[in-house]
Amino acid sequence: MTTAQGWLQVGLFCALLTALTPLLGAYMHKVFRGDAILASSAGRVERGFYRILRVDPGEEQDWKAYARSVLVVSLGSWLLLYLILRTQGIHPFNPAGFSSGPADLSFNTASSFVSNTNWQFYAGETTLSNFSQMAGLAVQNFVSAAVGIAVAIAVIRGFSNRSLSTLGCFWVDFTRALLYVLLPIAFALALLFVSQGVVQSLAPARAFTSLEGAEQAIALGPVASQEAIKLLGTNGGGFFNVNSAMPFENPSGLVNVVQMLAILAIPAGLTATFGRMVGNRRQGWMIYGAMFAFFAAAVAIVYAAEAHGSPAQHLAGIAGGNLEGKETRFGMPGTSLFAVVTTVASCGAVNAAMESLTGIGGAIPMANMMTGEVIFGGVGSGLYSMLMFVILAVFVAGLMVGRTPELLGKKIGAREVKLTMIGTLAAPLLALVATAAAIASGHGLRSIHNGGPQGFSETLYAYVSQANNNGSAFAGYTGFVQPNAPGNAGAFGLTFADLLGGGAMLAGRFLPLVAVLAIAGALAGRTAHPDGPGTLRTDTATFGALTIGTILLVALLTFVPALLLGPVVQGLTDRMFR
Amino acid sequence: MKRDAHATVVALAVLTLVLGLAYPLAVTGVGQVAFHDAANGSQLTVDGRTVGSRLLGQGFRATRYFHSRPSQTDWNPSATAFSNAGPNGADTRAAIAARAAAYLRLEGRYDSGLTRAAIPPDAVQTSGSGVDPHITVANARIQARRVAQVRGLPLARVDRLVDEHTDGRGLGLFGEPGVNVLELNVALDQETAR
Repeated sequence: MTTAQGWLQVGLFCALLTALTPLLGAYMHKVFRGDAILASSAGRVERGFYRILRVDPGEEQDWKAYARSVLVVSLGSWLLLYLILRTQGIHPFNPAGFSSGPADLSFNTASSFVSNTNWQFYAGETTLSNFSQMAGLAVQNFVSAAVGIAVAIAVIRGFSNRSLSTLGCFWVDFTRALLYVLLPIAFALALLFVSQGVVQSLAPARAFTSLEGAEQAIALGPVASQEAIKLLGTNGGGFFNVNSAMPFENPSGLVNVVQMLAILAIPAGLTATFGRMVGNRRQGWMIYGAMFAFFAAAVAIVYAAEAHGSPAQHLAGIAGGNLEGKETRFGMPGTSLFAVVTTVASCGAVNAAMESLTGIGGAIPMANMMTGEVIFGGVGSGLYSMLMFVILAVFVAGLMVGRTPELLGKKIGAREVKLTMIGTLAAPLLALVATAAAIASGHGLRSIHNGGPQGFSETLYAYVSQANNNGSAFAGYTGFVQPNAPGNAGAFGLTFADLLGGGAMLAGRFLPLVAVLAIAGALAGRTAHPDGPGTLRTDTATFGALTIGTILLVALLTFVPALLLGPVVQGLTDRMFR
Repeated sequence: MKRDAHATVVALAVLTLVLGLAYPLAVTGVGQVAFHDAANGSQLTVDGRTVGSRLLGQGFRATRYFHSRPSQTDWNPSATAFSNAGPNGADTRAAIAARAAAYLRLEGRYDSGLTRAAIPPDAVQTSGSGVDPHITVANARIQARRVAQVRGLPLARVDRLVDEHTDGRGLGLFGEPGVNVLELNVALDQETAR
């Protein structure tokens, strides 16, 4: 049963998010205009960084140069992270003596973190050293998030620039995203988390004897520092295998709310930044409103479904909500909210076992990802992917009324619409083809944990999550076999799942990213026509509804058959499967 | 291209030092000084001996103790994993049914009115972490009858200890109240020893 108190929690969270959005949006607007900071004494660090990078902060890049910088820094990051994972055994800060990762799993993990996905085929606390977590994963949590924010800012400039045909300088946007947005907020969040019980220590695990005499160990590590950026950068890769369900990552109902706000803060705030940069704040609110409508509906459905309970428990004679895989301190509302927050944003952190959600409760997180991560979405990537759907909505509206489509006064041409189609259809195509390949070829069957429609759901979830750079999982699906041996001797990856998933993550990240930069490049410098009586207003609730419809149409047409085979079957039946 | 390559190499070197080492070390430094107890896992000591963490549930089998939620990992806090039990899984139903039968068998001896339909879901479904430190208040109220009788304490006294070790919602609003099982059991031992 849902409770009034539960709905109150949902409502309060929505109110907090809506209140935070314009504040952070205005701050980021200031940061990325940035020249005032740069000239002041506070800009000393920033200026020094440009000097050693040999970057001229006044430089302007066209879309190709901008995209090239993004790709080069991402390639460099990928190589560095792969190298760290493969040579883990020789690094310091490895108190448990974990050995280096296998090639296929390391490929998957490196692709996962560079693409801001943080898909976890690896098990954090039992395979990765503190060095790999800090110098490897945590750095990419920052870098991939900063890349996403930078690209979003560049794309907004494509809409707002009237005379320049350039998009700004990648290195400047990247630096400012790190220096003024991600690092300071992460530092404050990390300390808040430590004060509430999230561990932060470099000491080895502390052995103890339990009250009934069992010999156990408290696993310690630099958790809080990684936790903060894991959420803020919509990364999602946890220090522990069970992620934010682990009390050491997420110790209370209060921290849980802060974590959810941290996930959505930047993606939501960027809608307001967009409104300010294009000089039409209502336009920002229209985008926020469309995202929010999806979000609120998703939370309501998941909460109702989970509070209703699962068929398995009902048949076993147990009344009440489905608490399988959920923590007591979060309860139904705190878990349902988190499941939706993490899947609308391309975060992928989880505070409960997604696989143990009810059929409908699990279908909604999948559907959230299937929209292409445009309901708030990943930091930066959510906004730029949403803008492609806005272009699509303008195009559809233009066809209906027989006018040349225009957005913010700029004409949308055939090339932009084609690029939009590439950008919006890349991830669905990757997800469906990978799912089909994994199941039809039989190579993916080894990764499946549960049988029946649940096994199909696991597979579909895995590739939808990876292609859309989410990272959450029906965690039964595996790409890594880990024996219970010290240092992970004898562990190996499942090559097919690791490579297919890794490839999907990279393509799902960089195809839309380049496509949207190309669109922005084409729009930048295009003359903006003043609004006339025949102009289609794009900052109204009506247009918001049209945008929602467009997203629904694309996602539904693409994914309904696949959804029917897995979670919907489970949601509609009381049958048990082996 | 060459400029980007140079900037990438320098940036990654600097960022690895700043974000990969300086940032976590700074958080560790401040955390260890300002929030020493919390940063080290909120360890619970009894007579100078560490018996666990306030944030980690442990396995209890003795009838004199409150029991934690079922765990898929035998309450191991250093190798966590989900049960991944599906909502339509025949195994899931069987596991829940078996745990419900065991719960009824144990608690029914001290509360003859207890029915299967009245068993709180948290008592028979595994938690996310496998080390959930809490049980629901409803679950604790049922177990309190057993613990009180086994220890020869008045039920009202045990119920009051349950209340004292119930963590409320964050700011009174967020999350669900839960009874901290380890703290409660330690308090019971101290109560009985007195």
